[in-house]
Amino acid sequence: MSLLSVRDLSVKFAMRDQTVTALNHISFDLAKGERLGIVGESGAGKSITGFALMNLLSRPGFIDSGSIHFEGEDIVQMSEAQMRTIRGNRMAMIFQDPMVTLNPVLTIGQQMVETLQAHRKLSKAEAEQIAIVKLREVYIPSPEERLGQYPHELSGGMRQRIIIAIALLLDPELIIADEPTTALDVTIQADIMELLLELCQSNKVGLILITHDLGVVSQMTERTLVMYAGRIIEAGRTREIINDPQHPYTQGLINALPQQTLPGQRLKQIPGNMPGLDAVPVGCPFAPRCQFAVDHCRTTLPELVRYGDVEVACHEVNRLHETRTEDQSA
Amino acid sequence: MLAYLVKRVFQAIAVMFAISLIGFAIQDNLGDPLRELVGQSVSEEVRQQLRDELGLNDSFMTQYLRFAGNALQGDLGTSYFFKEPALDVILKKLPATLELVMGATLIIVGLSVPLGVYTAIKPNAILSRIIMGVSIIGISIPVFLTAILMIFVFSVEYGWFPSFGRGEVVHVFGSWDTNFLSADGWMHILLPSVALASIMLPLFVRLIRAEMMEVLQSEYVKYAKAKGIRPFRIYFVHALKNTLLPVITVGGVQIGTMVAYTILTETVFQWPGMGFMFLEAVNRVDTPLIVAYLIVVGFIFVVTNTIVDLIYGLVNPTVNLARMGA
Amino acid sequence: MSSLSTNPEPSRLSKAWNSNMAYSFRRNPVAVVSLAIFLIITVMSLLSPLIAPFDPYDPAQIDIMNSEYPPIWVDGSDAQFMLGTDDQGRDLWSTILYGTRLSLLIGLCAVGLQAFLGISIGLISGYVGGRVDSLLMRLADIQLSFSTLMVAIIFLAVTQAMFGSETFNQYAVYFLIAVIGVAEWPQYARTVRATVLAEKKKEYVDSARVLGFGPLRIMVRHILPNSLSPIFVISTVQVANAIISEASLSFLGLGMPPSQPSLGSLISSGFDYIFSGSWWITAIPGVVLVVLVLVINLLGDWMRDILNPKLYKG
Repeated sequence: MSLLSVRDLSVKFAMRDQTVTALNHISFDLAKGERLGIVGESGAGKSITGFALMNLLSRPGFIDSGSIHFEGEDIVQMSEAQMRTIRGNRMAMIFQDPMVTLNPVLTIGQQMVETLQAHRKLSKAEAEQIAIVKLREVYIPSPEERLGQYPHELSGGMRQRIIIAIALLLDPELIIADEPTTALDVTIQADIMELLLELCQSNKVGLILITHDLGVVSQMTERTLVMYAGRIIEAGRTREIINDPQHPYTQGLINALPQQTLPGQRLKQIPGNMPGLDAVPVGCPFAPRCQFAVDHCRTTLPELVRYGDVEVACHEVNRLHETRTEDQSA
Repeated sequence: MLAYLVKRVFQAIAVMFAISLIGFAIQDNLGDPLRELVGQSVSEEVRQQLRDELGLNDSFMTQYLRFAGNALQGDLGTSYFFKEPALDVILKKLPATLELVMGATLIIVGLSVPLGVYTAIKPNAILSRIIMGVSIIGISIPVFLTAILMIFVFSVEYGWFPSFGRGEVVHVFGSWDTNFLSADGWMHILLPSVALASIMLPLFVRLIRAEMMEVLQSEYVKYAKAKGIRPFRIYFVHALKNTLLPVITVGGVQIGTMVAYTILTETVFQWPGMGFMFLEAVNRVDTPLIVAYLIVVGFIFVVTNTIVDLIYGLVNPTVNLARMGA
Repeated sequence: MSSLSTNPEPSRLSKAWNSNMAYSFRRNPVAVVSLAIFLIITVMSLLSPLIAPFDPYDPAQIDIMNSEYPPIWVDGSDAQFMLGTDDQGRDLWSTILYGTRLSLLIGLCAVGLQAFLGISIGLISGYVGGRVDSLLMRLADIQLSFSTLMVAIIFLAVTQAMFGSETFNQYAVYFLIAVIGVAEWPQYARTVRATVLAEKKKEYVDSARVLGFGPLRIMVRHILPNSLSPIFVISTVQVANAIISEASLSFLGLGMPPSQPSLGSLISSGFDYIFSGSWWITAIPGVVLVVLVLVINLLGDWMRDILNPKLYKG
């Protein structure tokens, strides 16, 4: 049995005059201890997926249909009280910006102890001992002193380490990390990612890493979902997706990576912008930006279907694959 | 911390200096102390002699220094009407006013937090809408009108509550008689306290609601939810503490406004406090009493503001008092 | 960006903004009713010399024998006085019309003065920066820490004692406007300053500077339009507050004299008669005052929701 099994998950936002669809029939699975990357531009629905998995969508967003089975239980059907026993306990989340994630008026110790006490009967002293152990695991120097400090006394990198430690406090089965390093200095981004990878591997924790950076995904994860305009358009093992992307959008993302560009050359950006949620075109949502699009693409929505080792949602995947193979052999 | 304290106290002294200058300027220009002392029927020669003796012909600077020196020793002149030291007159009236402010503060603090928090947590509940509707009506009715309305309804029409005065008070010590130790005292202080609180309470409910709603949208509240923290703790530990920080600052300013409103409330209820006394002093052109009131009220303002600033610094961990002093 | 039209965006923005505002206005019955009531009160009070049956300032039309007639729906009334008469025998309806005009006038002028002072100081403070800025903002802090009403009460009390009631009454309108107008400038100054600081960094201000426009023109044409929504929101609340302040001061006998009554002084003169049963002298002007302030506050609330400006806090 997989740890997490998402089926046909749809999330909508009730706006003043209309209801827009932010997530459109998403399905995927995650095995125990598996690390999954969710990639896409901002607005593709990555973060919404993360919050939906925690059943933490705030108004006007709501889960419209579908199921999220976590160890066999459907989160979507759970009461708020049941859900609370899972959040932070069996499923933890790491937020984007550590500068605003921790409560400014509570000490690090208070914020760690309350998490432990929310799920386990522990005295303050016992909880603090666990907190110190976890702080040590994320290489926080002199953890005993940190407990009495307030967030603003610590650097961004230090705070994100503490947030990782909080995520690990109750030995969860799954950690959802939403762009955990984008708000940090470039110099410490790699450190934090490395730490996260190391801890997930050693504790056998499942990881869902939400990011726009394919480079990070390739280092961190075993499987990858590529999202576009609220849909999964390509899914498979990370290695295959990076080495042989099938969807034109994924190809575009990979070509836009700085590593793919020779010095002095311009970055190869995908022309155009992702459509807004209220203006998703009929047919393939990527069609307006796709240089390979044919008439069929503009009228009919492609399903996510298996193609070789991956799943891909593109009508023209065969043709594209053939042309590419010819190019390479030529 | 010490540096900040010193800086803050220094600023308070500077403001008090400015107030004393204004007070002195009023003293100097308003009314003729000679006439109050000896009346009209005195020859010009004697007048001049008296002016010299009283130091009224000295330079402005000398006179101000004498005024300030006396003020520092608690001598703010003698009331023309009461023929008593002005400060004594005010200190006798002070407890009545302070008790009124206390009563109103109890109402405001006791109700604004639960109402503000409730309307923020359940913005669409019917009760919230009613509270918000009543609150906007509340801030639209001037204090004196609320007071009149309450007298009309509860004293004139129904006769449930007395309409004026402090009633039966219990002596505590010094010049302090309290309303809070007798049933009659409670009956008398209830309407004035409610009237005094009537405009400030809705103001605070709305302020707390607005701040709380903003805080509830913050990342750290979402994060607390993601950690599985109970709503009660999220509302009252995570959110409320952050909500109250700006409320404390506004509260400091509002204490001053409340003193102004005591003048209105005391006038309507003929409450024998220092606001009522001040208006009488104005009508009698009792200059020393007017000046003394100005200085005492200025002092109350400066002290409360300084204390509120210090409390804010102590409560808010992101304010580094040591650094702010530098 | 074309260099000829230096300022195409604000006008386009303001159009969109206006239509958006108009749309939400139509959909909000509270706002519509509030505005309607506000306009009715304003227009009627402006036209008071035309529609009032009596002139409360004309001693020939006042007869003390007519005093304390109740409104026509109460026993013992006189048909020519629709809302009854006050303690001096003036027709209450006429006196309220004139009084409302006075209250509105003082409120609007005082807020105009506040806005003028505050916006000027805010613009200077934000644009010049440095020591001038920190001095002005320090002053704003101190000014804000004193309650306006308190300052006004003491100022007016001393002025009244100094000049005697006769002279004071003659100039009461100006004193009131001045004291309410001066005390509240920091609200505007802080908000405008914050906008200036934010806008100063932006490109179009730089380009205007490069094009050789002087600081005054840049501020008035480029920066000021961007502070309009917070200024609007502050102003509505301030008008409501100014009207309340004026009424409170007049109630204390530190504002408009009974011979030239504003709503506050009318309520005040009626208060002495409330125990003898003549409730209407207090109650009717009181209701008018509350309704006037309430609709302004409701409009302010609506505007705050729509424009959602970043108001300066703390």
